[in-house]
Amino acid sequence: MLIHLVIRRAVVPLLFAVLAAGEASAQFDFVGSWAPLATEDVQNDSLPVDYLGLALTDEARTRALSYDESQKSMMERQCAGWGAAYLVLGPFGLRVTSQTDPVNNRIVSYTIGAWEDWSEMVIWMDGRPQPSEHALHTFAGFTTGHWEGGALAARTTHVKAGFIRKTGVPLTDEATIDWRFFRHGDILTVLMVATDPVYLVEPEIVSKSFRMSRTPLDYRSECVPAYEGHEPGDSVPHFSPDHNPFADEFMKLYRLPREAVLGYRDTLYPEYRKKIKDTYVPPPPCTESCGVAGNFVLRRQ
Amino acid sequence: MTTWLALVGMTLIALAGPATVRAQQRDGGAARSAQQTAPIDLTGYWVSYVTENWRYRMVTPAKGEYRRIPASPAAVPIINAWDPAADERAGSQCKSYGAGNIMSVPGRLHITWQDPDTLRIDTDAGTQTRLLHFTQSTAAATSPGPPSWQGESIAVWERATGPDGGGSLRVVTTNLRPGYLRKNGVPYSDRTTVTENFDVASLPDGGKLLLVTTVVEDPVYLTGPYIVSPHFKKETDGSKWDPTPCSSTW
Repeated sequence: MLIHLVIRRAVVPLLFAVLAAGEASAQFDFVGSWAPLATEDVQNDSLPVDYLGLALTDEARTRALSYDESQKSMMERQCAGWGAAYLVLGPFGLRVTSQTDPVNNRIVSYTIGAWEDWSEMVIWMDGRPQPSEHALHTFAGFTTGHWEGGALAARTTHVKAGFIRKTGVPLTDEATIDWRFFRHGDILTVLMVATDPVYLVEPEIVSKSFRMSRTPLDYRSECVPAYEGHEPGDSVPHFSPDHNPFADEFMKLYRLPREAVLGYRDTLYPEYRKKIKDTYVPPPPCTESCGVAGNFVLRRQ
Repeated sequence: MTTWLALVGMTLIALAGPATVRAQQRDGGAARSAQQTAPIDLTGYWVSYVTENWRYRMVTPAKGEYRRIPASPAAVPIINAWDPAADERAGSQCKSYGAGNIMSVPGRLHITWQDPDTLRIDTDAGTQTRLLHFTQSTAAATSPGPPSWQGESIAVWERATGPDGGGSLRVVTTNLRPGYLRKNGVPYSDRTTVTENFDVASLPDGGKLLLVTTVVEDPVYLTGPYIVSPHFKKETDGSKWDPTPCSSTW
């Protein structure tokens, strides 16, 4: 009798729960903390002129070359933060929470928590319509999501004009960003496809993986502007695009082709590797910080 | 009593087996091939789109540089002793084209079904062939051969169960010949396991993107998993297919 009771009370529900869990696997558990993995270089922001892996229009290149990173020292820009793309291009992990409808317990939205220089991203899962094209554009933008083929698919619109890289590569407020979140075991891979009709010849496609963290991550930090050498009212630091003093720095450091560093489309395809085969000269052997897992290179003196 | 025991047995099987196996059984079990039950279509020509790790993939990095790879102390002397000409002379010019790195080598993939339970990936860069076996009978049941650049790969569909279908291909590769994670001689050993998930996503222009999340684990030359996610754009045909032999010097 006892075994029958155990089977009725425990095993049968467990069996159905297991099978039901299999059916529900299209919607993986997204909530939790996801630590960044530093094994792939997607940031490309350690030197002022590094546009590797981008397909830029001439206008974007010109604007990027006019950017002076000391703009971020201006009082009024220190806390401006970065746009939605910084989700994968930044160095931080993800802290994901969900918000549910108290009546039917369905998930209304997921929120990826803010960092010190990135606004939180809310992914609306309730099928709400897009706001008017004239609605407020923000750095975070407006994001809707749905489950598709076992992945969480999302699209961000209504972004404020900003940057797609911290090196000053611009992005307009006409840009859209498509996301796919894939989970395989304790690895979460985020695929970003950023489209900009003005500044990108082809979408910027970047994927970055994260690992589930048992320790809750929290990157919130108060931003307090402080004097960093620019008085209010000073002109905005910038370069003439043809005379950016850092334009050759990355090229010389690693002997990289100019067109690759400046973000020309052809450099993203295998044919380009064959094209430079006979002209590329490798840099001398590495002697310093050769195995650092972080995202920096030898800086200028 | 027999019924209850059967239920207990089913529960244990359900707990032990992955959801993917259950999904494949629901679709017809052993009678249906991996090709017939494929939740996503990976076949066709795909081209690398190199937006990540550009400096480590499109050109050969400096000798001795292994940034972003969790290399163990045992790996460092090998990294610093890298001699591509010696590899070439030894007939080991394909060391950076093994399964631990081949998907990161800029090039094109041609994916076809070799037979209903074996997915085949040809690469034009290095002219390599990977065979992904969905059944034990074609690979694991036979005695594994000597270690090779592409090793032995066991594949399984991870099936999404939502209304729109879809899913992922998971591949585990072992029995590898020692190779390089990068062109400049960052090593992996013959004890390496490569676990990959192949996912497909649609692009805003209507195209398709193949994403290969790759986890390389090596108890000898890595202190932790080396994880990358190279991606490929779908091409309409093989007109740009350009077989190129392995090279350790470029």
